[in-house]
Amino acid sequence: MKLTLPWLKDHLETDASAAAIAEALTALGLEVEGIEDPARPLAGFVVGYVREARPHPQADRLRLCTVDTGDDILEVVCGAPNARAGMKGVFAREGLIIPHSGEVLKRAEIRGVVSQGMLCSARELNLGTEHDGIIELPDDAEIGAPAAVALGLEGPVLDVAVTPDRADCLSVRGIARDLAAAGLGRLRPLRIEPVAPEGPPGPAVRLDFTAETASACPLFVARLIRGVRNRPSPAWLQRRLKSVGLRPISALVDITNYVTIDLGRPLHVFDAAKLSGDLVLRLARAGERLRALDGKEYELVPSATVIADESGAVSLGGIIGGESTGVTEATTDVVLEVALFDPVRTGVSGRTLGIESDARQRFERGLDPAFVLPGAEHATRLIVDLCGGAPAPLVVAGHEPPGPPPITFRTASLPKLAGLTLPIDEIQRILSALGFALEGGPEVWAVTPPSWRHDVHTEACIVEELARIHGFDRIPPVSVRRDAAVGATVLTFEQRRRAHVRRALAAQGLCEAVTWSFMPEELAARFGAATPVRLANPISADLGALRPSILPNLLLAAARNVARGEASGGLFEVGPRFTGARPGEQVVAAAGLRFGAAVTRGWSAPTRPVDAFDAKADVLAALAAAGIKPEQVQATPDAPAWYHPGRSGLLRLGPQVLGSFGDLHPAIRKTLDLDLPVVGFELDVDALPRPRAKPGKTRPPLEAWPYPPIDRDLAFVVDESVTADALLKAIRNAEKKLLREVSLFDVYRGPGLPEGKKSLAVAIRLQSRERTLTEAEAEPIIRRMVEAAARLAGASLRA
Amino acid sequence: MDADIDRLRDEILASLAAAGDLAALEAVRISALGRKGRVTELTKSLGALPPEQRREVGQRVNVLKREIEAALATRAAELEASALERRLAAERIDITLPARERPQGRIHPVSQVAEEIAAIFADMGFAVAEGPDVEDDFHNFTALNFPPEHPARLMHDTFFLEATQDGQPLLLRTHTSPVQIRHMMAGPPPYRVIAPGRTYRCDSDMTHTPMFHQVEGLMIGRDVHMGHLKGCLIDFVHAFFERPDIKVRFRPSFFPFTEPSAEVDIGCRRGRDELVVGEGADWLEILGCGMVHPNVIRAVGLDPEDWQGFAFGMGIDRVAMLKYGIPDLRTFFEADLRWLRHYGFLPLDVPTTYAGLSR
Repeated sequence: MKLTLPWLKDHLETDASAAAIAEALTALGLEVEGIEDPARPLAGFVVGYVREARPHPQADRLRLCTVDTGDDILEVVCGAPNARAGMKGVFAREGLIIPHSGEVLKRAEIRGVVSQGMLCSARELNLGTEHDGIIELPDDAEIGAPAAVALGLEGPVLDVAVTPDRADCLSVRGIARDLAAAGLGRLRPLRIEPVAPEGPPGPAVRLDFTAETASACPLFVARLIRGVRNRPSPAWLQRRLKSVGLRPISALVDITNYVTIDLGRPLHVFDAAKLSGDLVLRLARAGERLRALDGKEYELVPSATVIADESGAVSLGGIIGGESTGVTEATTDVVLEVALFDPVRTGVSGRTLGIESDARQRFERGLDPAFVLPGAEHATRLIVDLCGGAPAPLVVAGHEPPGPPPITFRTASLPKLAGLTLPIDEIQRILSALGFALEGGPEVWAVTPPSWRHDVHTEACIVEELARIHGFDRIPPVSVRRDAAVGATVLTFEQRRRAHVRRALAAQGLCEAVTWSFMPEELAARFGAATPVRLANPISADLGALRPSILPNLLLAAARNVARGEASGGLFEVGPRFTGARPGEQVVAAAGLRFGAAVTRGWSAPTRPVDAFDAKADVLAALAAAGIKPEQVQATPDAPAWYHPGRSGLLRLGPQVLGSFGDLHPAIRKTLDLDLPVVGFELDVDALPRPRAKPGKTRPPLEAWPYPPIDRDLAFVVDESVTADALLKAIRNAEKKLLREVSLFDVYRGPGLPEGKKSLAVAIRLQSRERTLTEAEAEPIIRRMVEAAARLAGASLRA
Repeated sequence: MDADIDRLRDEILASLAAAGDLAALEAVRISALGRKGRVTELTKSLGALPPEQRREVGQRVNVLKREIEAALATRAAELEASALERRLAAERIDITLPARERPQGRIHPVSQVAEEIAAIFADMGFAVAEGPDVEDDFHNFTALNFPPEHPARLMHDTFFLEATQDGQPLLLRTHTSPVQIRHMMAGPPPYRVIAPGRTYRCDSDMTHTPMFHQVEGLMIGRDVHMGHLKGCLIDFVHAFFERPDIKVRFRPSFFPFTEPSAEVDIGCRRGRDELVVGEGADWLEILGCGMVHPNVIRAVGLDPEDWQGFAFGMGIDRVAMLKYGIPDLRTFFEADLRWLRHYGFLPLDVPTTYAGLSR
């Protein structure tokens, strides 16, 4: 909502500056988003009086003007045909910046004569396109006075963001009222001067609704005005409209726009000659069409309220008028419409049809039901004053709906809810200034909101009004302190576990990404969603389904990074993945990937591509951070289909699947344009088993035995199909008591081994907690292990 | 005899000085003090001397022995030192070669800032609540006092799912406020929680992304009033931006679920390409807040006469951008490794209030 300072002063008696008013408005909840002062670029430009104008001795088309600037008399060379003695114009002294060109005006010698300034055209001052002559100011302009004053510029323009609850502040008067209540001035009384009606009334009006739809238009007032002349509106009105960004059209149209902005009361005028028969207010009929004043034709929705004559719909109530019945310069008789339309219905119709208008903006927020008749009289007065004509009596259909009931307000609620105490008389003053009626008191009041306020329903609303006008900034802040002296742990187990997993993965060298919760539907289908959860109104097809897995989004991100020149890298994300469409069918998961080289090219070690074991290390690090011992986790080769079937696995703890890891399937990589090695992993962090709760924080004693261990390295030859896990398990189960550690340290295939065989080298450490072991004790244990390996894994010792 | 001993001494010391390495030195030691060494032989020959001489010569031989031993040790130390010097010289590396790279991961600013926020509110006694991303109409709108025809409920800026639940639309939460409702319905008051999470709006341009992050705050008690709302958020702003001089402004506003409602601005300075928080005369909005609307209190089954308090909603991405000078919201979700390395945080930088939120 834009308004100018002079316009505001029509309603508010104040000396406050634009800046002070802007600050007050923002503090009132009417945020000023900008102040623009059209007079600012004209600072220094003054009214100049042309005392004398004579031809330039060297040029026919130029004149030498002697200009009285109020301070001095200067010689100016001027090329304008209308420059003449006795006129007043806008004089620019050298050194000023000409708004249109943005350049500093310099002393110039024009054909041998020095020009000491310039008389300006409208275009040079950005006040219009006129450049054929210089601006001519009225004769009564004071010589030497600021040009902005003499030009009658509207003054500073304030752009106010009005919240959707404040329909009343979509008007200059409503804004003035709030300012007056806040002490920024006095609200001037609004004078409505009805014009005495003449002649028979105009077309009859009928409200054609059922009991259910009667709220669509509870009150409709029409008035025929005969014999108007629809000329361009006077300069002051055009200036006002232009200053707030509206285009002047004709006096009748300009008046409706003016009243809309000035009082927040949208109006409509029909050309009476183009109406046929009486006016009927009804809902639109199926298939009914209307060509509107914006030049577009609309197929009306059946919920829309229309104003119809015998020909059909001629206007869309509260939204936009029809083209066929619009006023033109030839219009002589008009029907003025002032009505109430249902805010919800107006909003829905407007949105459905996609029509934005100043009328709709106000109707859908709710108008003042008590201002229909006064509004009609006020508009009549303006029309008669500016366009002439004789008004017929008002035609009224329907009734003014009842106002809101009074609200109980307890004085004690103000400190209770707002933490603010005000004297009783200040409470009374503020509410009265806003138009509220108070009864009772001083502890309990019946407060009736004014008819223009549709946003005040509860005691809390009254508290808000008082706090708002008094100033939120004057509410004393009170710090919130926790109850306990020492802060308790506030995070849940799951929240802490996620944080640990997140930081553990970053510590593995992966960068945390945050990607969309959406993804392309076909990717969702490929990554495990049997029926992807589709959005009804996605922003694009690429974001059409909820993600059943985080991994595809990371793969897309990896492809983008590769395209940007990253040869290798790692990403992870901890966030929701969706298992269904219902609320709660989601789980916090972690996924990560690495692409390119695991060891980047360097002088100290050969490079190598990432492989499944990098992903396995990542996922095990995440599991360890989540409190799951990696040595208890088993890998099985049955990962989901988006992994390479021979180079991927599931991680299990007993029967429970914890996560997956592996090389990405080449077909997936191809789809996503990832022409380099990519490995990834996934796990549902929140679904991981919870470690058994222990009563205390003590740890078991450290078992650091003093007796030297016996270490043995054994190389076994096994079939390719035998897993490392099978071999290690066989060895491990062969000795419980003295086996400290068994680990695999080498895998070999090639010369020296038969085809289809591999060698697995295992380090075994035996240790006793009671004494130093002897070779003689170790020997039978090692033999048992070798036998178990042979029996259970088909392993033979490598020769 | 004395002259023999002196000569022997001179010879041994000369060959000792001539020994060029530890092996040569060892040979000298053996030839002098070994089982068949010359000094050893000399000692053995003492038995042949008359007793009166034996004692005197024996002493002299002992002195000689100790002298040679000392000289051997000194020479050995010299040789070891020079051997070490040679080895060290041979082992020299080019220390200007680059160090071995150990890839450093990063924590995303959204995660880091969410933890910073949680740390501050934990100090004020707030727990962390959570709710689902997919919501129903009741939790996202109805219970929050949105009128039935509110524009946000239409296909406007809300993402709807194709699926429905019992005929009711399902949607992606447009704010974290539904967590308020779920939290209050899950247990008895008083309440003191924040709820960070993903939120969604059908919007995508220079400054909007279809997904973003909010943190909700809720404090309900018997006598929680607007003074507490102000105190809580002013304390938060000072702690979060780590500047106690930041100006904070509460500006009346409108939300369906709060009454009174306010937006909070912080003081800042807008430069040509920068925005500095805590200086200058400009204002920047960072959050919306207010006293929870009586209808919301009623919707969760409480009596607004008994229970009241405040709520707020703040953009996590937005305050992250402000605090750390990140210019473009859209970049948060691009997973650009260059961006993550630049704006991300080290995994060990866990924000706490006692040790500092950030470096």
